[in-house]
Amino acid sequence: MAAVMVQDLHCCDLPWQVDWQQDKCVLCGACAAACTVDAIHFVASSRGVRGAALRQRAELARACTGCGMCSRVCPQNAIRPLRNPDHRFPLLARANGPLKRGGRSNLHAQRTLDKLTVGRISQMTDPALDSERHVFDLRAPLGRVLPVRDLPLRVEGEALSLAAPTPPVRWIYPLMFSDMSIGALSTRAWEAIALACAYLNEQCHLPVRMCSGEGGMPGRLLESEHLQYMVLQIASGHFGWNRILRALPRMKTDPAGVLIKMGQGAKPGDGGLLPAAKVAAHIQAIRGVPRTTLHSPANHQGLYSIEEAVQKMHLSCNAAFGFRVPVAIKCAASVTSVAVYNNLLRDPYNICGGFFLDGIQGGTGAANEISLEHTGHPLASKLRHCYLAAQAQGRQGQIPLWVGGGVGQTGQAAADAFKLICLGANGVLVGKLLIQLLGCVGNEQGRCNACNTGRCPAGICTQDMRLVRRLDIDRGAQAIVDYMLAFDAELRKLLAPVGNTSLPVGRADVLVATDRAVAQALGLDYAC
Amino acid sequence: MCRIGAIKSLAPLPPSRALQLMLPQQEGHDNSGFAMVMQDLEGIFAHCKDKPLLSLACTPKGEQLVNAWMEEHGFVQVAQWAPDVNKRSGLNIELMPRYVFRNYDYPEIYRYRTEKEREELLLDTRLALRDLLSGKDGGHDEGYVYSFWPDVLTLKEIGDPADIAVYFRLWEDTGRLLARNIVIQCRQNTNYAIVRYAAHPFFLQGYTLCANGENTFFSRNREFQKALHRGYTGFESDSQCLLYTLHYVLRELGWPLQYYKHVITPLPVPRMGQRPDRDALVSVRESLAHLEISGPNAIIALLPDGRLLACSDAGKLRPLVVGRGQDMLAVTSEVCGLNAVFPDRDFETDIYPGGRDLVVIDNGLEVHQWRQ
Repeated sequence: MAAVMVQDLHCCDLPWQVDWQQDKCVLCGACAAACTVDAIHFVASSRGVRGAALRQRAELARACTGCGMCSRVCPQNAIRPLRNPDHRFPLLARANGPLKRGGRSNLHAQRTLDKLTVGRISQMTDPALDSERHVFDLRAPLGRVLPVRDLPLRVEGEALSLAAPTPPVRWIYPLMFSDMSIGALSTRAWEAIALACAYLNEQCHLPVRMCSGEGGMPGRLLESEHLQYMVLQIASGHFGWNRILRALPRMKTDPAGVLIKMGQGAKPGDGGLLPAAKVAAHIQAIRGVPRTTLHSPANHQGLYSIEEAVQKMHLSCNAAFGFRVPVAIKCAASVTSVAVYNNLLRDPYNICGGFFLDGIQGGTGAANEISLEHTGHPLASKLRHCYLAAQAQGRQGQIPLWVGGGVGQTGQAAADAFKLICLGANGVLVGKLLIQLLGCVGNEQGRCNACNTGRCPAGICTQDMRLVRRLDIDRGAQAIVDYMLAFDAELRKLLAPVGNTSLPVGRADVLVATDRAVAQALGLDYAC
Repeated sequence: MCRIGAIKSLAPLPPSRALQLMLPQQEGHDNSGFAMVMQDLEGIFAHCKDKPLLSLACTPKGEQLVNAWMEEHGFVQVAQWAPDVNKRSGLNIELMPRYVFRNYDYPEIYRYRTEKEREELLLDTRLALRDLLSGKDGGHDEGYVYSFWPDVLTLKEIGDPADIAVYFRLWEDTGRLLARNIVIQCRQNTNYAIVRYAAHPFFLQGYTLCANGENTFFSRNREFQKALHRGYTGFESDSQCLLYTLHYVLRELGWPLQYYKHVITPLPVPRMGQRPDRDALVSVRESLAHLEISGPNAIIALLPDGRLLACSDAGKLRPLVVGRGQDMLAVTSEVCGLNAVFPDRDFETDIYPGGRDLVVIDNGLEVHQWRQ
């Protein structure tokens, strides 16, 4: 009789259990070869006719993540991961310190946007438009918009002309590819997104912009015409900016913008994190760092205050590009967001060209799970409050609101975007959606979420070239382009019934809420 | 649905001509009301064109309140016209007890004030009277003050426009009520509550506007306009936003006329990129994004200097036609109206403004068509 060692780790303690059907298995070994975390292996078996059996490893470091790559490669459908509702992983896995992972908040997967519906439909006297026949104007500003009285306009005969320069404003597509760095993403994944972005601009006439993420970008891209599609990010670690600054004299064109990242919805108050496992040689080259875990500080460092540091950074970035490039700021949604937005709106120097608000459902490549699950603020109400705060001052639209964090979480990015625009957003950001289009299998029920390990089974969040090769750049880019074209058509499908040919920014009267609490919080009509 | 119209003439016209323009269009406008603004008056108002004319419909108590307020604030009544009404039975009309049309002289302290200061006083007075009659909270209903401006008369009422015309003897061309510019509309707001203020034409500091359509950016316009000017108030109709934007662009900002069109229906940004005035146009669009309209709209406006303006939404989703008769010109929703007033005109010269057009008719009846 065997001793019962209850304190030993067992597969039944892990969040995923591998279901292997011995009678179907032909022992080809493809599953074990495909598993990037080495969760399964074959052992000699006394019972099997063929003398081998598949075993799941009972190790925290090699715990099955549920990615299902084994199922994908199995020619016999003999293996699959099964969710284990009785696992003890959160208790046991902290033996090695705070738990880290990638993905989104799994605890706060609520979908406020799904409790809103476009309920004000144009009919009869105010006819719905035809989404395929009428001309729609789907552009959003990025840049500081001056109050009309501050515009240096001069009347010359029958025409107005600008007598002095105004802050730069880009009119771009109301969906931006969110900031995911080379480093967090594999070079192939980043390239696929950049390729899709360029294709959408040059072949589909959709001026979609892509944010670089913190960590810079290849020198050749910095010095190419394609830089016009990129928003360069500067975050608290300032990674990659050496290379960007050195490339300045050789830039053929200006970037679309500069985004100063103050915080991130997935881990507000916590800096970026790139584990050493992902700091491969080419990442070291781009960022100018040795192979080590790269922490970005929790905030921007300054001599006296964060506020001063950001002010300086804003001015420096504006000045570096000759005041020709909008400089925006990205913050995690927070109880204090309205105060921050007010502060920026009232800033007399007009240095802020956009307020990017990132909600609790934003994704990340790596974060402490405690941050992912227990810090952050839902997006919808904070966006609405920021918009209403600006409206109360007659300043709506002066600093464009761009929002992200959970956009497209259910695959319905156009609906999410439209509702957020009605609540006051000028545009939306998508990140996780893009990598899901590339093949990411992670979800909000704890599946995979291994972006931080460097063992991404889809070749997206890893720098291991054997894994990166799993990702076909062209197919990935095509999937993103196809989705974006559908997004564009679907956005028109939502604009047409409310009778608008341009974006209904702040037009919350088209929305009704099917949940009383949501209706009250957002100031919408309740409908049942 | 609304039907709108305006007649501009070299010689003064009676309101019956404007009614002739509108009544053939009654299938569209449903005959639920009548509203008219007359500008450049002759007849009984010819001798006091420079004295602000108060157009008011009220209760006896409302009239007392207005009398007391005007006296207290130094306005001196110089003329009054009480319509000789036809109290025939069977008319479909919801009457107010009193209809008051009075010319006032400015308070003594305004004798040497600038034109601009006087115009601000007139607006403040109208707003104060409006508050006075409705109660700040809209709690009581003692009357409606439609306009208070020199050489401008407004008449609005609920009911069948033909009957309203009978009641006020508008069919009888007695020569008392004449004007060179008449803007008219024959419908109440049947979408929501019937409120006299919701019937266009709307008036603000010399600017008159009526619109046939639905401004689906109403809430965006309204919230932005509330912060722009004290006169941008009421918002009983989504079309009021169109007037306020006209007032803001032309009077407050002092921009050339065509920028009204650039503000309400801005060009798509890619199209602006091909123009030499791109930078100014983009800046205007950015800063006044919340004044953009959407949805179907046909617009007729009368400017303080007497010029008539017509345009529509960018998609041209509502009808609008300009036609010329002998020494007069009309803009209206449907061509059947023009056929009624100008049956012998050369219809080939009719103008149908497109979605990007702005038509301006000057005081010599010359038509200027400008494309955005």
